[in-house]
Amino acid sequence: MDGRGFTAGLKAGTSIAIGYFPIALTFGLLAKTTGLSIVEATAMSIFVFAGAAQYISLSLIAAGVAPAVIVLNTFIVNIRHFLMTAALNEKMQPDARWKKALYAFGITDESFSVLATQKGGRLRTTFAAGVILVSYGSWVAFTAVGHLIGANLPQFLQASMSIALYAMFVGLLVPSMRGNRKVVSLALIAALTNSLFYFTGWLSTGWAIMVSTLVSAILIELISPKEVKS
Amino acid sequence: MGAWFWWMIIGMAAVTYIPRAVPLTFLEGRELPIPVQHVLRNIPYAVLGALIFPAIFFVQENLWFGVIGAIAAFGIAFTGANVMIVVLGSIAILAVYSLFF
Repeated sequence: MDGRGFTAGLKAGTSIAIGYFPIALTFGLLAKTTGLSIVEATAMSIFVFAGAAQYISLSLIAAGVAPAVIVLNTFIVNIRHFLMTAALNEKMQPDARWKKALYAFGITDESFSVLATQKGGRLRTTFAAGVILVSYGSWVAFTAVGHLIGANLPQFLQASMSIALYAMFVGLLVPSMRGNRKVVSLALIAALTNSLFYFTGWLSTGWAIMVSTLVSAILIELISPKEVKS
Repeated sequence: MGAWFWWMIIGMAAVTYIPRAVPLTFLEGRELPIPVQHVLRNIPYAVLGALIFPAIFFVQENLWFGVIGAIAAFGIAFTGANVMIVVLGSIAILAVYSLFF
């Protein structure tokens, strides 16, 4: 097992915190224009902690959609995390169930990507705690700040920062791609499949990501039953 | 917003938490079949592919923004820079681009 603990986790999570900054800020701002109070907006970030679902809920609230439908939509958007946490379970140190139940709350696309692409063997629970704490802190704090001042960030900077999370995904993927054709194929097949869903509109985003991921991960096993070095 | 808003938040929190918590706690201490383990080990790289494409191109209405951002991110990442440099570098390149164009 890797010896790195809480502090190393905080450090690894900092790129997520930077990536969340503009998105949480914008969420806070949009929540304000949708009519949520600062307490309501921040509470949603505190209890839900799911970027895409929170954004969608705002547009549904604005459209006057029934709350039960918004909850159902949230479930559909987040169902892909079933797949991610099942995969993550293979990577994490076995630990008491209550600890895993606790940090499970903080598994997002971003924290999953950071944790799952760490080099070396199994990861310590304290490392996950560090990654999650710094990203969650950023998400909650900047939601509140966004509700207060969001519009004051210069437009060109807000626009430039919209690349942050994707740049982080790229920064996590590329080092694993080097000299590993299996990783390249995995990413490529998932990217192409997801693009197909995107441009045809056959599946909504949450399902499209989940189905593309599964198609790619299973297809590669059928073609080349060799393992990815981790 | 009325009381319904708080009920909605509780509902959203529950349906977000369940897919995150069930596999991590339910699978604890269980050995999955080998082929399933292999597929699960592939998932991080497949997820990254799906999360990046095609969304990276559509971060702004101006398609060039996404294209330049993507080139910047991949370019910096291929030099072997760490994730933080890739993130900050891509933001900086887009900031310069949007100031001049």
